Amino acid sequence: MRMQGKFEKIFERPRTLRSTATHYCPGCGHGIVARLLAEVIDEFKIREKTVGVAPVGCSVLLYNYLDIDMYEAAHGRAPAVATGCKRVNPESIVFTYQGDGDFVSIGIAESIHAAARGEKITTIFINNAIYGMTGGQMAPTTLIGQKTTTSPRGRTSEEAGFPIRMSELLATIDGAAYIARVSVSNPKNVIQAKKAIKKAFETQINGLGYSMVEVLSHCPTDWHMTPLESTKWVEGHMMPYYPLNEFKAPKRRN
Amino acid sequence: MMKKSFMTGNEAIAEAAVQADCRHFFGYPITPQNEIPEYMSRRLPEVGGVYLQAESEIAAINMLFGAAGAGARVMTSSSSPGISLMQEGISYMVGAQLPCVIVNIMRGGPGLGGIQPSQSDYFQATKGGGHGDYHLLVLAPHTVQEAVTLTMEAFDLADKYRNPVMVLGDGYIGQMMEPVEFGRKTRQSTHPLKSWALTGAKGRPPNLVKSLYLNPKELEEHNLEINKKIQDMIKNEVRVETLLIDDAEIIIAAYGTVARIAKTAIKVLRERGLKIGMVRPITLFPFPYETFAKISKRAQKVLVVEMSLGQMVEDVMLGLSGQGCVRFYGRTGGMVPSYDEIINETEKFITEGKA
Amino acid sequence: MEKEISKPLYTNLILAGFGGQGLMFIGKLLAYSAMKTGKYVTWIPSYGPEMRGGTANCTVVISDEEIGSPVITSPQALIIMNNPSLKIFEPRLQPHGILLFNSSLITHQISRKDISAISIPANDIATKVGEKRTANMVMLGAYIARTMVIPKTAIFRGLEEFFGKKKQFLKANKQAFERGMEYTS
Ligand SMILES: Cc1ncc(C[n+]2csc(CCOP(=O)(O)OP(=O)(O)O)c2C)c(N)n1
Ligand code: SF4
Repeated sequence: MRMQGKFEKIFERPRTLRSTATHYCPGCGHGIVARLLAEVIDEFKIREKTVGVAPVGCSVLLYNYLDIDMYEAAHGRAPAVATGCKRVNPESIVFTYQGDGDFVSIGIAESIHAAARGEKITTIFINNAIYGMTGGQMAPTTLIGQKTTTSPRGRTSEEAGFPIRMSELLATIDGAAYIARVSVSNPKNVIQAKKAIKKAFETQINGLGYSMVEVLSHCPTDWHMTPLESTKWVEGHMMPYYPLNEFKAPKRRN
Repeated sequence: MMKKSFMTGNEAIAEAAVQADCRHFFGYPITPQNEIPEYMSRRLPEVGGVYLQAESEIAAINMLFGAAGAGARVMTSSSSPGISLMQEGISYMVGAQLPCVIVNIMRGGPGLGGIQPSQSDYFQATKGGGHGDYHLLVLAPHTVQEAVTLTMEAFDLADKYRNPVMVLGDGYIGQMMEPVEFGRKTRQSTHPLKSWALTGAKGRPPNLVKSLYLNPKELEEHNLEINKKIQDMIKNEVRVETLLIDDAEIIIAAYGTVARIAKTAIKVLRERGLKIGMVRPITLFPFPYETFAKISKRAQKVLVVEMSLGQMVEDVMLGLSGQGCVRFYGRTGGMVPSYDEIINETEKFITEGKA
Repeated sequence: MEKEISKPLYTNLILAGFGGQGLMFIGKLLAYSAMKTGKYVTWIPSYGPEMRGGTANCTVVISDEEIGSPVITSPQALIIMNNPSLKIFEPRLQPHGILLFNSSLITHQISRKDISAISIPANDIATKVGEKRTANMVMLGAYIARTMVIPKTAIFRGLEEFFGKKKQFLKANKQAFERGMEYTS
């Protein structure tokens, strides 16, 4: 990948990231991912042709942080909105940024079909095992035994079925070209996460099909934990059920 | 003279859209409008456009949201149950001020209902349908030719007001074949510059397509801005056809296919020496209240005929503001009122008064 | 309106039979050909699942003036190709209306006395022409011979546009149409 000349200034704010305070809770994983996205967009020099789609959820105010054209979409419909945009302007780089309630519950039809069509769009999927914005209800990714405001005694499979592994599911679909699960629970994982996001965008830039990066993210607020506890919980509870992996990647050309 | 084609209303609507520079269509199959997506799937690739069958009507309307936001002229079509499923997305498009054309070829409801012609989505189309404070501009053709003209205009109006426009037809408008002419004569296309479109923030500050305003004061301002456009529509866009109303003692109010049936009834009644006229709203929103206000001053009787159990009749009564005498006749579930029935009702109205 | 006899021309008819008998087609052909001679026309089909195997029908209106209702309750003429359609539509025909029925397939009695019922063995005639699928054209020929709504040449021009490339089929259709005309004149 081409690097910019001023590579050493890594602590500078990326051009694509705006200098506003975010609305995310302190220690939330969302903020990290927003920054990674901004860095990747800068590094590919695609800020001026990138269009983002953020649906409702804690994702919704992403347009306040990224200095790019953005849609706010209805709950669950970001992949359909992105499809409409990309089909009109195929030269645009279009991504969606969706929570687990959005991507895996109310919008799972749009998610799967965008992948099946091999839409040349990228999804950043924030899996925090909970509905963040509405105050901590059970998500389709909530773990068995995990307490939420709507599974107060802990999720049971008898009542609420099993958490969905979206990466594994989408990896079975031919139209999906790049599928990876990463986490932002520690600096090493953050570096891996950025690599995956770059590959996903690269897949789109090369027109190879649908790409998706699932980011295991921590929600200290609705998990009722300190930020540090919450990153430990990602590693101790989420990763065993949601293993980090690159499930599918386009064959290297050249 | 322009070359005449012989087409179904559905195909004519699709071709009209193409001629109005619509290059993107997203939809999901449902009777009785399938000829629209079928036509588009053949035709759009010929002109460098995109036809995409969505996985649901929900996806379809959100694809419209994306395509309209990217600056394209875009259309979807469906029939009653599918339009219900689109309501959330339609509300979002109004909120985000995105133009698009939505065709509803109505069938009988509620629920799965039937597939025969109906006008029972009048309330949904004209009063909002989705959540929030809004209206769509609603155009109701009564011939295939008019379906063509109105579909072409729908794109211009959608762009002009940055608001979704609905073309509302019953099953017969979609299925019927009639001669039609296309061409510039019927069309005055305007393509306003869409500087708000999401095409990448190149050499300008980023654009944003959104409808969330958490601060109630901001949301009120936003809604007032939308309402200002609605007031402009009311001022500028009312369209109505009147027929023989000056000397009429009874006026039949009807739209779409029912208006055509009523025209035949009126011809027969006039031959019998009865003074009957007609008011046919072409825009259902904005509704021609003024026309009815004038009628109320002349104390004429109004017979409202619909393929529903009484929806437009409420707007007619609003227009008459309590004056005059209104009678309603409707068939529902896919049953179509015949001219004999309308003739009967009119004659009863003369002798009995309101029903 | 319904009493109009001479000019200006106004006429309507309903065509009904099994799906696949080609009634929708001859309805369209008639309307299209009439349009080409400068008439106003409308064609409305019955639509939906009944078209698959069950009975199908369409309504055609042809007029010198703009057409009001494309939906016709009591038509001036009927072209009927099977028993179930006869049962539905015979009672709806106008008094003194014309009922053309395919006697190759219709076994039921015609009950009305106030109409002119014309029996045409359309399938038998079509078989003689050598193309069984042209029974519909026999019926249309009979209708044109009886009503003279538009000239034969107009129908032939329409047919050529529809079947231009299928020379053999075009010829058979024209023949069937002519046999139908001859049968009724
Ligand atoms: C149709 C609809 N239903 C419900 C909601 C309310 N709602 C807003 S955000 C949300 C959950 C979001 O959870 P998730 O997608 O996991 O994102 P997070 O907030 O965790 O980032 C819900 C249910 C809505 N906006 N629209
Ligand atoms: S609620 Fe959770 S996901 Fe949302 S901003 Fe707060 S910590 Fe992040």
